[in-house]
Amino acid sequence: MSESVEEYLEAIYSFNERGELAKNQDLSEKLRVAPPSVTQMIKKLADEGLVTYEPYKGVLLTGKGTARAQKVVRKHRILERFLHDTLGLNINKVHDEACKLEHSISDETAAALCDNLQSPKTCPDDGKAIPACTLEANDCTGCKAAREAEGGRFKLLTQLSHLRPGEHAKVAFIRGGGSATQRIMDMGLCPGTSIKVDNAAPFSGPIQVSVRETSLALGREIADKVYVEVENGATEAPHPHGPHHLVEIGM
Amino acid sequence: MSCHDVSDKPEVGQRRTDKTLTVGLAGNANVGKSVVFNQLTGLHQHVGNWPGKTVKKAEGTLVYGGYTIDVVDLPGIYSLSTYGLEELVSREYIVVEHPDAIINVVDASSLERNLFFTTQLMELEPHLLIALNQMDVAEKKGIKIDVGKLAKLLGAPVVPTTAIKNVGLMELMAKVVELHEEETPPVKPLPFGPEIEAIISRLSEDVSRVETPYPQRWVAVKLLEGDEEMEKASYSQAPLLREKVAEARRRIEEIHGHDSASALTSERYVNASRIASEVTANIEPRRSRWVSLEDATSHPVLGYLIMILVVFGMFYSVFTFGDYTSNLLGRGFAALENAFFAAAGLGSLQSFVWNGLAGGIIAGTTIALPYIIPFYLALSILEDSGYLARVAFLMDSFMHKIGLHGKGFIPMMLGFGCNVPAVLASNIMETERERLICAFVSSLVPCAARSIVIMGIVAAYLGFGPAAALYVIDFVLIFILGRIAFKTLPGEPVGLIMEMPGYKQPSAKITAQRTWLRLKAFVYEAFPIIVVGNFVVYLANVVGLLKVVQWALSPVTVLWLGLPAATGVVLIFGVLRKEMTLILLASIMGTTNFALVLSPAQMFVFAFVVMLYVPCVATIAVLAREFGARRAALISVVEITVAVSLGGVIIRILSLLGIH
Repeated sequence: MSESVEEYLEAIYSFNERGELAKNQDLSEKLRVAPPSVTQMIKKLADEGLVTYEPYKGVLLTGKGTARAQKVVRKHRILERFLHDTLGLNINKVHDEACKLEHSISDETAAALCDNLQSPKTCPDDGKAIPACTLEANDCTGCKAAREAEGGRFKLLTQLSHLRPGEHAKVAFIRGGGSATQRIMDMGLCPGTSIKVDNAAPFSGPIQVSVRETSLALGREIADKVYVEVENGATEAPHPHGPHHLVEIGM
Repeated sequence: MSCHDVSDKPEVGQRRTDKTLTVGLAGNANVGKSVVFNQLTGLHQHVGNWPGKTVKKAEGTLVYGGYTIDVVDLPGIYSLSTYGLEELVSREYIVVEHPDAIINVVDASSLERNLFFTTQLMELEPHLLIALNQMDVAEKKGIKIDVGKLAKLLGAPVVPTTAIKNVGLMELMAKVVELHEEETPPVKPLPFGPEIEAIISRLSEDVSRVETPYPQRWVAVKLLEGDEEMEKASYSQAPLLREKVAEARRRIEEIHGHDSASALTSERYVNASRIASEVTANIEPRRSRWVSLEDATSHPVLGYLIMILVVFGMFYSVFTFGDYTSNLLGRGFAALENAFFAAAGLGSLQSFVWNGLAGGIIAGTTIALPYIIPFYLALSILEDSGYLARVAFLMDSFMHKIGLHGKGFIPMMLGFGCNVPAVLASNIMETERERLICAFVSSLVPCAARSIVIMGIVAAYLGFGPAAALYVIDFVLIFILGRIAFKTLPGEPVGLIMEMPGYKQPSAKITAQRTWLRLKAFVYEAFPIIVVGNFVVYLANVVGLLKVVQWALSPVTVLWLGLPAATGVVLIFGVLRKEMTLILLASIMGTTNFALVLSPAQMFVFAFVVMLYVPCVATIAVLAREFGARRAALISVVEITVAVSLGGVIIRILSLLGIH
């Protein structure tokens, strides 16, 4: 069941990343599932606060949904890179193979793979962007320490820029370092701070955030540097696999 | 509040013995700091730049309790880290100039964010006072603040004020005098957590060998934060310090789990948030009547509609008023001119007095002022009400196309009226680089004067379509040149981080005062240049130099641009006042019916060149003042080159299309 949630989120993500809403019919074709089941699943995802649905238009991931989708899409695309670049598999085969593997490898392994491949930026078959790493490290030199500290299953983080109006979140860290990071933190967005997204300007414009009882406008490039843990109030679905559940205690 | 024994000798060199006090105003943007400044100093102020910087420095004086108090309005900032010139200027001022008091203007209605800055000020250990401002807004929001407790927790006097209504400011000055007369010691920094504090105090000792005007503890903290300015100063004096700092940073990271800059910032916010919650009581959240307006004006659809209405309404009223007044003044000066020549007689001396000496002042008064005054008024109202922040919010993604963020739209918008205030307004951008790009693209925006030329020649004789085409070409060029500037100028682009202030009702007094001061600054800066420029061109004309220039320019004007030779002189005069090119063209050609002397293609190219070829002399003057003569010259050369080379291309394209 959860694996299929991941499949849905992944499919919706692939539409949303092109700036399109995922239509019921498109999802039905992509996932080879009957339309009534798609409708049912979308309802379930919406109840969990992972997507929003506009009748006749389609499905859009929330920040919380994006965080989960990015994690699995990231694994998928890194695996494709690995299968193609390192193991030399035929480009036509890597997608299906990665689809199977993506649900079974741990977050730590995926991060190690990414580090080993020197942080690839795009996947090999269609050149789509690999979602950003969510470890608190400014570059790959800090990867090993960060992923070991984090354990087998990482926190579900996404960039502030992916949050939708009405979503609540907690700042995890700011990527980049230097004066840009300092500037963001000085405006009140330091690790642990609770925030709420109030508004997002169209055409990838800035987003408006409530923080410490004031309102801030953040350009997308700034919001991209801010990694947050989405806490929408909706219940988090249990993670499907992996023997690493216990490692995350104390994180 | 603890006080020193008055019998102590004054600190050597720090306190002046005459009855003059210097006070710096520091605080976030949008807290009413400039209102405090304006209320205190009234019209006794002048605005200049900090030495060698493009940051505005406003100074003013008042007399209180037998003291002459000099007030310096520091830039509105959120931190004292060096990511911008404003921050650098502020901290240098506080430590190097060592004012008798620093008044931290704090917004009572958002205490936590404001106290974060207060904690940073305290680290510089100045003689600190808090003006707890916007008490009326806080009250309306249902926020009650325990002033006494706040003073106790900070260890600095706190005076509640509502600057916009002039409440509490005299009490504030009384405290300044008291602080001085009672020899109150400087404030002490608020401690960080015990582990970090231990690391800081150890590092402070290592820092003691480094000579800076800053407190030792502060230097240690800044090194831990990775402040580039401090690193440069310290490591050049004590190279071994670098390793000690690195070690201390590693320890903080271990304790805190985040890098040391994050840790220190977080801890400051912990202090700010603790104090804010301890002194704030009885919050009865009341929905302000402005909130629904705030929602509407930043709405994805409605917001743009409102913005278009506001901007259009502003332009319409400014242009209508400006046009009417400009005509009225023009007629007035024409009558005066007739009267002058009737009384003084016609002659070269009389002509010299009127055209050579008075001409510049008349031009400035009739052309620039009628547009600039209502522009400044409208701008001040939009600024104070909080609406400009919404415009920046809505226009951010659009402005990214030319490499600027949303705030850059505001100067560009002003450029349609007059490029001079547009260039001045580009200092709302954060870095020197963005200011320069912003001023450059703003100087390409067709101002009122250039619109007059486009309307008077192209729209009047060729119709609306070609006139609109000229605007479109201009916008495309703004886009291309903006991108080129963005790519070629060194430095990192800065993203938009901006506080979205709540809406406030602007005060008539403050609006009038600010408009007057800006106007005064404009007149002082631009008028001398307009007058001198006018004089030089007049003289050149009299001694026959213009004929030489016309001849010298003819390869460009006649051969390349395909225009009549007389346009050479017209273009030279156009540097002074672009709209004058029309009048001059008419007088040189001997007709106001341009169809008789210019072909359609020539009209189009002429208007194109006038639109772009160089910023007018007043704009060049403010560019030079803000960015230095070299950059002003560079911008002028780029614009001349673009206008002339493209003008020649356009006339050839038109001729290929069969338009002559």
